[in-house]
Amino acid sequence: MLCECGEREATIHEVVIRNGKRYEKHLCEQCAAKHGIKIQPSVPSGELLAKFMLSKAVGAPGATCPGCGLTWAEFKKHELLGCPRCYQAFESRLSPLLERTHGGVARHVGKAPKGALERARHGGEVSVEELVGSAEEQAERLGALRQQLEEAVNAEQFERAAQLRDEIRRLSTAEL
Amino acid sequence: MDGRGPSLAYESKTEWLRGGGESGDVVMSSRVRVARNLVGFPFVSRCKRTDKQQVLDVCRSRVLAAGLAPSILFFDLQGTGKFERSLLAERQLISRQHAKGKAGCVCGGGPDEPRGVAVGVPTERLSVMVNEEDHLRIQVMCAGLALREAWEQLDEADDRIEGGLTYAFSPRFGYLTACPTNVGTGVRFSVMLHLPALRMRGQIDKVRRAAGDLSLAVRGFFGEGSEALGDFYQISNQTTLGKSESMIMHELEHEILPGVIEYERAERAALVSKRRGSLTDTIGRAIGVLRHAKLMAVDESMQLLSMVRLGVVTGLVRGVSEGEANHLMLLTQPAHLQHTVGRELTQDQRRVERATLMRQALAGAECSS
Repeated sequence: MLCECGEREATIHEVVIRNGKRYEKHLCEQCAAKHGIKIQPSVPSGELLAKFMLSKAVGAPGATCPGCGLTWAEFKKHELLGCPRCYQAFESRLSPLLERTHGGVARHVGKAPKGALERARHGGEVSVEELVGSAEEQAERLGALRQQLEEAVNAEQFERAAQLRDEIRRLSTAEL
Repeated sequence: MDGRGPSLAYESKTEWLRGGGESGDVVMSSRVRVARNLVGFPFVSRCKRTDKQQVLDVCRSRVLAAGLAPSILFFDLQGTGKFERSLLAERQLISRQHAKGKAGCVCGGGPDEPRGVAVGVPTERLSVMVNEEDHLRIQVMCAGLALREAWEQLDEADDRIEGGLTYAFSPRFGYLTACPTNVGTGVRFSVMLHLPALRMRGQIDKVRRAAGDLSLAVRGFFGEGSEALGDFYQISNQTTLGKSESMIMHELEHEILPGVIEYERAERAALVSKRRGSLTDTIGRAIGVLRHAKLMAVDESMQLLSMVRLGVVTGLVRGVSEGEANHLMLLTQPAHLQHTVGRELTQDQRRVERATLMRQALAGAECSS
């Protein structure tokens, strides 16, 4: 759609309903500026979504992290967790938020700390399972990737499919 | 000027500014960073001052012992003057919030917060911020489109640093970060694109939309919270959980960048072939102002230098190289300008000195007709 100026594509669409009547304006960035419509610098959609999810997130009053004493209300205010244990303490509330902000998957895929893995394999304090998850968790992670692979193939996103295949191969051979 | 502690050499060899990297006509630089936290400490925003000091001490000795670069400079930022901190921020080695001591600090923070940064010299490719929003933020920055190269160096540096520390990590959530938007890989890949032709043709919104559809963020010259300056835009991933580092890198590298780069090049080619007169007029006027103005603000200089850079990469401007044009964009920033002049300047004095610097640096620049 062209802007009112007839020169450029309209990228800003304003709809105002005044006294039950609908008024529409279709403008390019330059004309919008002339009309005094301030274009917000792009706020990444994920950030917006995160803010929205936070504002909607419910938390029983008094819920506190045993590690650092952070309350859910404090987290909602500053959008920062207090310590690594917060992830466990607020897991049920965080999971839906993480799924929304990270595109539906709230399970880590990717690098694990190599030094810690090495130490675990040689009988360190932390077990290998504590780093890569139980067999069940690993199977769940692979299952999620296989589902993404199927979706990519169906959508003919072959490069993406190849990437997912590599990732599945890497995880299956436990080369974390 | 404050002269305490280590100092960055004036003859900066900042690699990402040198120009000439892959797709360097459009891609100014590639950057990758990871966020890491130590077990046994709260995240930075909940740390007491003594905790922060301890994290700083542990990380400083580990980073200096890890053999990350031929030479590493470590700045204890609470003891570093405002001026040096601004130089680091202008070179994108630290965030502007870290320079002020306000990153990840819910109580307001300030210049005296215990925090630091390690910088690999002389290339300044690698930097490690300590006590920013997370205990460690490790970054590698290269010229041109070089995400893979940057990631490989970062991956190795991360392993070396982790060799002497224990990172907070869970199999379910990956690397645990202060802000849940970074959890998982904790990685952010970003490229800085120079898109003057798309801006001149009013097409930047399309890029924003295309990036938004892929859950990528478009930000300004100085990253988060900054406005586009001199037609530079940073595109970066937002998803960090549920995708591996290579999948995230692949999406950025193959699903959005080729399209944007080709789109910008096509618009430049159209400007050169179909609107050459108007384009050379715009670039010629920019050079005219830069060569003759007596007072100049930083935003104006960035916008004019963007036109010079466009002229250089399209072969319309002689007498200045791509690397020189890139470098001037750094030298025009307030702290670098004062560094060049060698004394502290008021805002009005900076406008005078900036104009002088531009007149001298671009005395031989000319735009063909």
